Formats: sequence, C-alpha cells, structure tokens
Amino acid sequence: MANYSTNEFRSGLKVIMDGDPCSILENELVKPGKGQAFSRVRLRNLKTGRVWDKTFKSGESLEGADVAETDMQYLYNDGEHWHFMEPDTFEQHQADKNVVGDSAFWLREQDTVMVTLHNGAPLVVTPANHVELEITDTDPGLKGDTAQGGTKPATLSTGATVKVPLFLNIGEIIKVDTRTGEYISRA
Amino acid sequence: MIRNFFKDRKVLEVDVPLIGQTGVTDLHVDCIEIDMAGERKYLQSSPEYFMKRLLASGSGSIYSLGKAFRAEEIGRYHQPEFTLLEWYRLGFDEHQLMSEFATLIKNLGLDCKHQILKYADIFEQVIGLNPHKATLVELQKIASIASNRDFFGDNRSDCLNLIFSFSVEPNLPDSLIFIHDYPECQSALARLKEDSQGNVVARRFEVYLNRVELANGYVELNDPDEQRGRFAADASLRETAGKKIMPADDNLLDAVEFGLPFCSGVAMGVDRLLMQLLGMDQISQVMPFACISDDISHE
Repeated sequence: MANYSTNEFRSGLKVIMDGDPCSILENELVKPGKGQAFSRVRLRNLKTGRVWDKTFKSGESLEGADVAETDMQYLYNDGEHWHFMEPDTFEQHQADKNVVGDSAFWLREQDTVMVTLHNGAPLVVTPANHVELEITDTDPGLKGDTAQGGTKPATLSTGATVKVPLFLNIGEIIKVDTRTGEYISRA
Repeated sequence: MIRNFFKDRKVLEVDVPLIGQTGVTDLHVDCIEIDMAGERKYLQSSPEYFMKRLLASGSGSIYSLGKAFRAEEIGRYHQPEFTLLEWYRLGFDEHQLMSEFATLIKNLGLDCKHQILKYADIFEQVIGLNPHKATLVELQKIASIASNRDFFGDNRSDCLNLIFSFSVEPNLPDSLIFIHDYPECQSALARLKEDSQGNVVARRFEVYLNRVELANGYVELNDPDEQRGRFAADASLRETAGKKIMPADDNLLDAVEFGLPFCSGVAMGVDRLLMQLLGMDQISQVMPFACISDDISHE
C-alpha cells in the first residue's frame, strides 16, 4: 500500500497506526507562527473500536491500510468459525471468535451483516443496527402483566440475553438494538 | 480605527510590494512562488523585509496593513492569503511595544485585561520543567505524552513547539496574554539577551487572545553578521529537512549593514482578531472568499 503524508490525511482514509488498521476521523492543522506545523489527528482503531488522538509533524506519513467494508450474508457457525458469503461473487470468508466477538449474539443465519476486510481477511463483523430474534427461554408471563410492568431476562435463539417486558413468552420474535443490546419491540 | 490609532501616534503607513525577488528563508514558512514573465518571484509571507529596508533608509516608525501569503496553510486558523498588520517602532523595546499593542486591542473594542508572562514561567508552571535547562531527552519525553505517540523531534525547537501548542496554550487564561523571553532556539529575527537566571533568551514575544495566537514581535536584530549567520543556519535547516533552499535577501542584508536603527516590530493577524471580536471560531467565517479544503475537518 502507498504511504500517505499528513496533508493527504482526510476523514475516511484508512492507515496503519501502531500495527493496527485505523480510520482517520479528523485532521486539524496546528501551526505556531514561527514553528513546525503539526496535524492533530483523530483516528479510530478499526480492530478495537478505540478512538485515538495523535499528533504528527507536518510531512510525516503513515502506511495506507487495505480495508474494505462489504455487506455479506451470514451462513453458519461450524463450532469454531463463522462463515460469511459475498452476495455478488459467492466468495466465502471465515472469521474466528477474535473477529466476531460479541457480534455473535446478533448473527442469524441468512441475515446481511457488514464485514470489514483487512488485507482480504475479516477484521470486524458488524450486525445490522436492528435484528429480529426468537425468544427461546424466559419465565412464563403472569396474568395481569401490562406494558407498564417491569422486565425479565429472556434468552434468544443466538444465545443473547435481553431484558424484555413481562408479557412476552417463549417463541415470540422480538426486535433488538444490537448497539445497546436493548429490546425495542415485538417484531 | 487602526489607521487613526497610528495617525495619532505619528506612525507612517507604508504600502510595500506583495511580490518580491526573494522569499523568507525560515524553515517553517513556505512562500507562494509565482512565475512573472519567466522569472520566479515570491508572494511575500510578511512585509518585514521591505519595511526593514525602509527603516534602514530613515523612514522612522512605520506600519503596513495589507495582505500576506503562505503556501499550504489551510485550517481553522489558517488561510493562504490573509491580512497582516505589521508595525515597527523606533527606540521601543519589547515592553513598550507590548504595552502599545494592548492599547490598540483595547481601542478596537476588546474589553479585557492583559497579562505579561515569561515563556519559562508559564512553561514551568504547566509542565513542571524549565524550558531553557531541560535536556532534549526530557523534552522528547514530554512531547511524546503531548502527542500521544513516540515523538522523537530531533531538535529542541520542534519539541518545545509541540509542547507549547498542545499542552501550554490550552492552559492559558481567557484574555489577552503576552509571552516573552523565548528560548534561544526560537529566536527567529529577534535579538538575544541574558535573563536574570543567566539563560540566553530571545527578545521575542507572542500575543494570545483567548488562547489563539494573534501576533509575534521582536526587538529586531540589527547586527549584519548575526543576520547573515541566521540566514545561513536557516538554509542548512531547510536542506536537512529536504526543503528548497531559499536565497537570502541581499537587499535586506545590505540594509542591515547600512544600519537598521534600534527598533521593535510586531505583526498581527487581523482576520484572527476579527474572528475573536465577532465571536467566530473559524477564520473562514470572517473571510467571505476563503479557501476551503475538504481535507481538513474542523472540530
């Protein structure tokens, strides 16, 4: 990959910083009247999601990162790897626990997810913001429960545990926000 | 209002060329080059050289209110073309000029107190290290913390600039602040002196308004050998940095040789002052035809 100099840093550019692929969020010129110019750069580590503020001397450069975000279909889990397929080329990719992480709780077979590829290999798997999953286990609903009542834990088909209103029962499909892990509504 | 201020003080307005035969030699200032009928010329990054030639030929105290140009500077506080107010006062030292500067700012309608601080004092107060005595390794360590990465600035000046910009400036109080007695390595075209602790310091001052750098002033260097030496040092720094070497301005050297009177000068970014007077936070907001770059995202 090419190297990019600070004056080419722009929002969205993918670079390697401390060995990890990062996405540049902001680049601000800071220049004392009589001194070296600096770039104050905010970047997101694509592997960990952490945001860094780093300062560079103008003219310093970073290696570009070969990073692409692709929509893929989630196929199945073989116990060790999760398998994804590019819908256009039918090309398949496998990702392990390190890559999938907690996203595993929101992966339903056939759903479309975003897979971030680094040098062609999956780096991060991002599920859709909202997914619909079936309740596989929860305490039975009690008579008289209303929407204003409290909540109870429910286990979903993917193994995720979500707090749901008391009136929901096993077998119902609910909509969940994957970013917060919170129940939204009945599907 | 600016013009009345100087008229009252019998400081003559001068209108110097924007196009010069040479640019500045300064390592960190890049001039915009132009091609004038096959000859290379430079849009001036400040009226300084022309004004010093006038001073040497006996103009007395003078000011210039005009455009200045710097290549590749676009940012929250930077535009490649901007308005600079620069003035030189015969017989003034840095304290007299700082005091005149504060009066001007107050006359322009900014109602605030001002404070005069020594570079070393504010640096030591915030960082806990004496900037004149600290070793390069100590400065690199602090600079690495300030930049959040290993910062091996290979010279004191880069480390000091980084620490000052990112750690000291954000801690400056909310008013008009003068910082003076700069480290020797940041002397530019200022005279040197020994301070009360025996450190060699530059008789240079910077003005900050609400933490934004507004102006830079010097007790002007008028020793031709020293001037020649600094031009040569700039050339070698530019060479090391892989930048184009700028020829020294012989006309300026001749003028200094002929005799630049004892004087102090200061240059202020008028657009930045306007920003502050109007409560704007981007220089482009006070420049209707500003250069906009999508590459630089603004906070």
